[in-house]
Amino acid sequence: MATVDLQQLRKTYNSVEIIKGIDLTVRDQELTVFVGPSGCGKSTLLRMIAGLEEITSGELLIDGQRVNEVPAAKRGLALVFQSYALYPHMTVAENMSFSLKLAGVSKAEREAKVMEAARILHLEPLLDRKPKELSGGQRQRVAIGRAIVRHPRLFLFDEPLSNLDAALRVRMRQELTKLHRELKATMIYVTHDQVEAMTMADRIVVLQAGVVEQVGTPMELYQHPKNLFVAGFIGSPRMNFLTAIVVSVSDARVALELTDGTVIHASLPASAVSVGHTITLGIRPEHIRLSATGSIGAQVQLVERLGSESYVYVQANSGEVLTVRVSGEVNVAPEEKVRLAPDSDFLHLFDAIGQRIS
Amino acid sequence: MTPILRKLLLTVLGWIVALVIAFPVIWMVLTSFKSETEAISRVPHLFAHLSLTNYVAVQERAKYLHFAWNSVIVSFGSTLLALLLAIPAAYAMAFLPTPRTRGTLLWMLSTKMMPSVGVLVPVYLLFRDAGLLDTRVGLVLVDALGILPVVVWMLYTFFKEVPREVLEAGRMDGAGPLREVYNLLLPLSMPGIVSTSLLAVILTWNEAFWSLTLTTSKAAPLTAFIASFSSPEGLFYAKLSAASTMAIAPILVLGWAGQRQLVRGLTFGAVK
Ligand SMILES: Nc1ncnc2c1ncn2[C@@H]1O[C@H](COP(=O)(O)OP(=O)(O)OP(=O)(O)O)[C@@H](O)[C@H]1O
Ligand SMILES: [Mg+2]
Repeated sequence: MATVDLQQLRKTYNSVEIIKGIDLTVRDQELTVFVGPSGCGKSTLLRMIAGLEEITSGELLIDGQRVNEVPAAKRGLALVFQSYALYPHMTVAENMSFSLKLAGVSKAEREAKVMEAARILHLEPLLDRKPKELSGGQRQRVAIGRAIVRHPRLFLFDEPLSNLDAALRVRMRQELTKLHRELKATMIYVTHDQVEAMTMADRIVVLQAGVVEQVGTPMELYQHPKNLFVAGFIGSPRMNFLTAIVVSVSDARVALELTDGTVIHASLPASAVSVGHTITLGIRPEHIRLSATGSIGAQVQLVERLGSESYVYVQANSGEVLTVRVSGEVNVAPEEKVRLAPDSDFLHLFDAIGQRIS
Repeated sequence: MTPILRKLLLTVLGWIVALVIAFPVIWMVLTSFKSETEAISRVPHLFAHLSLTNYVAVQERAKYLHFAWNSVIVSFGSTLLALLLAIPAAYAMAFLPTPRTRGTLLWMLSTKMMPSVGVLVPVYLLFRDAGLLDTRVGLVLVDALGILPVVVWMLYTFFKEVPREVLEAGRMDGAGPLREVYNLLLPLSMPGIVSTSLLAVILTWNEAFWSLTLTTSKAAPLTAFIASFSSPEGLFYAKLSAASTMAIAPILVLGWAGQRQLVRGLTFGAVK
């Protein structure tokens, strides 16, 4: 049970600023996901919260207490590493009870707690093994077990699933979500996988180059991305972007002209833009239909069939390559000329500097 | 070349090289069992008239056990002291490096390039004033400092191989620095620590310069014992060989027992 407050948190390595002044509140009992491209500073930020990385400036508060200078060992948090970082010379049971032993918990209580964690994570038959005798997925569960035996006030996860194969990843994702519900614990989860972020998070924090781009629930980010970066990062396959110029504005509608002269209408309060502005139009692949009466002309380049649905990659007459998500039954072939009908209720408009217009 | 032939050739070659390197030692051991006249004869007889008379003679002249005990105390004592100082130093250098860490390490090693005789007079005077001349404590101190750079360097290399995240996991589990070193770092780098210790014991066992200059009798180790046979007695090769054999025997046994670790220690960094 914990809240975490970051106030203008900064981190500098050899005079290069990696974390550039982050303000953020992680709410009690929520699962907050930090997501962003590789190298954006997710791990660094998490390690600063953990106490493994010094804070260059700013304030870090856990449950309202300033903990900038509190060493990692005294913060009472648990961290699950991407590499698991199990103690190679200890058995599974010893790995899990090490923290309790350090805390001076009695042997009987230690065993009870380890057994309970082992039960939750299905580790009972493995308790006497050494880490090198375990599979990747089992190691991963031990790493999580090591965290939960302590009932920490805050769980930190640094890409804990990235070393697992796809099927196991999906299963562990669900188990972690379930665990979060059962333990009612506050968790911060770092990943660069936006699917993991969307499926697990109560709240997502999108990071890029050491700054927070947007904070919100998965659906908020999906439906109202604040800027081009978030729009492109959240959602799979990613959002399509088209460059357009505003040609006319009437009270709730604007007409946009694509580079090939096609005109598209979007609903938007007239005050937001004026004629002549260059904007970026964003459309998610699921919000475009193939339709003989569609306004955008295009040619199919490639079709990816997943069974239940297909991704059709087309080149619009304006030159941009777009992705269209269609039902698996739809039949299209490369080279075919098609027309695309964007759903005007789901258009995203971004101004010249990439900020959402609304 | 067939793999078998190749293996055979390599084995033979290995034996030849080993014999060439070990020859002086083997010859010394053989000589120690010969009479003085045979020892210096122009045409050496390999196995003529072997006897233990030299060993008896050596034993009568000097108390071997006294010297051997000093050697044990000094080499193990200085190794222990060096480890106690080097473990925290190597830990800090391996896991909390600063831009100057590399330079510090190299500087420490570079002190070994200086001949010991360069600091003989100041060390001697310091020891005289501190009453450390001809004491085991004094020799332990100076030997420990002598091997410290090598020990720090080796431990640093071994510590570097321990994944930093395992130690960080320990920290998250509530381990303070001492626990982190004692419960995690030391067990995980035990092979490295053992081979470092072995090398340190051998180096200090063989250390002669400080033993000869800072001790006379009370604290004199085996290196001083051998030296005492070489000069005043002139050319008594057989007795000298017997003394030398006795001096190297314990460390030879130790080296034999710790062969595997020693090889790992000596080739550290070369093979991963
Ligand atoms: N010890 C360090 N010294 C200097 N720069 C560092 C150090 N650690 C990290 N960095 C830099 O900080 C930036 C952020 O690193 P970080 O590991 O936090 O990224 P990340 O978002 O976790 O990426 P990934 O998804 O690849 O794990 C990177 O550009 C990295 O090069
Ligand atoms: Mg990372």
